[in-house]
Amino acid sequence: MNRIVEKQDLSENVVRMVLEAPAIARKRRAGQFIILKVHEKGERIPLTIVDSDAEAGTLTIIFQVVGKTTTALAAMKAGDALSDVQGPLGNPTEIENFGHVVCIGGGVGVGVVYPLAAALKKAGNRVTSIIGARTKTLLILEEEMKKVSDRLIVATDDGSYGFHGFVSAVLQNLIDEKEKIDRVYAIGPVPMMRVLCNVTKPYGIRTIVSLNSIMVDATGMCGACRVSVGGKTKFTCVDGPEFDGHEVDFALLTNRLRMYADQEKQSLETYKCKVNGK
Amino acid sequence: MENNEVKPKKEKVPRQKMPEQASDIRVKNFNEVPTGYTEETAITEAKRCIQCKKPGCIAGCPVDVDIPGFIKLIAEGKFIEAALKLKETNALPAVCGRVCPQEDQCEKVCILGKKGEPVAVGRLERFAADYEQQAGNISIPAPAKPNGKKVAVVGAGPAGLTIAGDLVKLGYDVTIFEALHKAGGVLVYGIPEFRLPKAIVEAEVDYLKKLGVKIETNAVIGRLKTVDELFAEGFDAVFLGVGAGAPVFMNIPGENLSGIYSANEYLTRSNLMKAYRFPEYDTPIVRGKNVAVIGGGNVAMDSVRTALRLGADNATIIYRRTEVEMPARIEEVQHAKEEGVQFKLLTNPVEYIGNEDGWVTGVRCQRMELGEPDDSGRRRPVPVAGSEFVIPVDTVVVAVGTTANPIVPATTPGLETNRWGYIVTKDASGLTSRERVYAGGDIVTGSATVILAMGAGRLAAKAIHEYLSRS
Repeated sequence: MNRIVEKQDLSENVVRMVLEAPAIARKRRAGQFIILKVHEKGERIPLTIVDSDAEAGTLTIIFQVVGKTTTALAAMKAGDALSDVQGPLGNPTEIENFGHVVCIGGGVGVGVVYPLAAALKKAGNRVTSIIGARTKTLLILEEEMKKVSDRLIVATDDGSYGFHGFVSAVLQNLIDEKEKIDRVYAIGPVPMMRVLCNVTKPYGIRTIVSLNSIMVDATGMCGACRVSVGGKTKFTCVDGPEFDGHEVDFALLTNRLRMYADQEKQSLETYKCKVNGK
Repeated sequence: MENNEVKPKKEKVPRQKMPEQASDIRVKNFNEVPTGYTEETAITEAKRCIQCKKPGCIAGCPVDVDIPGFIKLIAEGKFIEAALKLKETNALPAVCGRVCPQEDQCEKVCILGKKGEPVAVGRLERFAADYEQQAGNISIPAPAKPNGKKVAVVGAGPAGLTIAGDLVKLGYDVTIFEALHKAGGVLVYGIPEFRLPKAIVEAEVDYLKKLGVKIETNAVIGRLKTVDELFAEGFDAVFLGVGAGAPVFMNIPGENLSGIYSANEYLTRSNLMKAYRFPEYDTPIVRGKNVAVIGGGNVAMDSVRTALRLGADNATIIYRRTEVEMPARIEEVQHAKEEGVQFKLLTNPVEYIGNEDGWVTGVRCQRMELGEPDDSGRRRPVPVAGSEFVIPVDTVVVAVGTTANPIVPATTPGLETNRWGYIVTKDASGLTSRERVYAGGDIVTGSATVILAMGAGRLAAKAIHEYLSRS
């Protein structure tokens, strides 16, 4: 059992939680994730470790409320306990001083790119960050990102805050300004990552994406999370979660993420009926 | 009753059948298929055992169960005592009674089998173990005097549970580290409820806990802690029983289409995560109408029978050799046939076809014929030119085997593995290239059986005990 220490709503459907998990907190490195299970009958879902405090023995996660599990998780409060937290899983991000790195996060993906930006900054990189959201009220972690970036650019799709447009347009502007970029980290919804990879590819800028495949065991046992990278099948859980974005088959990823769309809807509806019926 | 014995005085009692759910009923539920002996049939069957002076059956058992001993107790109606006798050498009798391939082990060498049918050792084992569990009064042996030595067991599958049970009885402080959220390994994620009820596994795991074994779940060794960190924490020896948990795919075009599962994933969703009870349980599974399962082993049979229970209209085994070469137990193939599974033999998939949403719609197959024997001694299947055809499907389960999971070897410097990634051991003791590190089960042998993994756990327990008693 892992207790929830803190819970905070970051926007209308994005929640930040601090969980008790001392052993994982001691070991975890940037880029790794956990699997959590809310209760005995729950499913196992992967969530990136946004931050950790080895001394306090805690982990921070940020999630968007989309399906049944995240809805049930968001309904929990500080002091409640999750039945299972497993980790740290996946390969840590390769952290070096690459020079100038651009860290891009879209939507809840900002939570995933934040620990990378922090670790890259610490390793001596010049960090330019671009974070985006549909609208101002959905933007998360602006202050935190500012602290770990030499420069932070905010974009909103509707222009309610910062640059009016997609993060990909901001990146294109940076490239057009002849900024030398050594590496790009692009994390967010699949369409966003796909577009960002298309932006950097002609310039040969190495672009790392972090994939959010469906997983079950997350230790290389089941292959639910298989993706095609450079024409080869890889498991996101043990070979990733980060891959060279120019090699990823995003169409396959999109299809596989939709595999349980109907059941996910059914599960959420059943849950809502049950909760409202009480 | 037939009576053509040489000794006319003694009436020959036939091997007692175990009642089972009718096939048309059982395909609609996940309850166990055979329902077990009654006390009466158990005694009748037990009395068939002639109590050989030199019992071959014990030698046929990887964990040396005193088979005539426990059977004699059943014949005398001492069922609890029979269970205790089993537990002297077998930590998981209710499991073994169900999933051991007795026909290749104890029952194969039973003297009665020479002229008729062997004693139903497995069914009797199951009966005694179930009797004790159902009596609800599981007796726990007095705890051994702690010897002050700590052993870490990595993996709570058959090998790990066995070694843990053996060592705790010798006074060791034993902790099992299990990657998943539940102990049992393949017994909980792999073997379906209808073949091995999970309550049975839980009861056996509980028994080990009562003996004093500590189990840490959600502990992925190699990620959360390395083997070297376990030594640094004060463990005196480490046993690696991590299984051969990585799925094998065939690497043919279209294999990543939606609707195509590894058997590991399909069975884990259904068994461990209880997706067959979705949405009561949160984990979904595709309930295909036309399901093809690739492979001819026990895992393939488990998958195809699961597909039927999940509501498939057509559940088909696609296997490249013939029924004779199938590695599955005859009993499993028989059960699958009774339940309506179709068999496309001498057939091999070459490509998967999908629709515009990336969902599988067909398996392109080629017919095979048997050629010369290969390394395994089985005749090698050879494709028949121009024989390609398509089987329409909406779900596929690839059950062509598993391989070593690299997480532990990759994070344990000096641990020797072979070219397939399996851990190399010096001898049957399970000692690896690293001092005080032992390994056993599928991670050493490649995919094998529950009981062979248990046997390896037993031998490693002995070796660790000998080693640590010296130091």
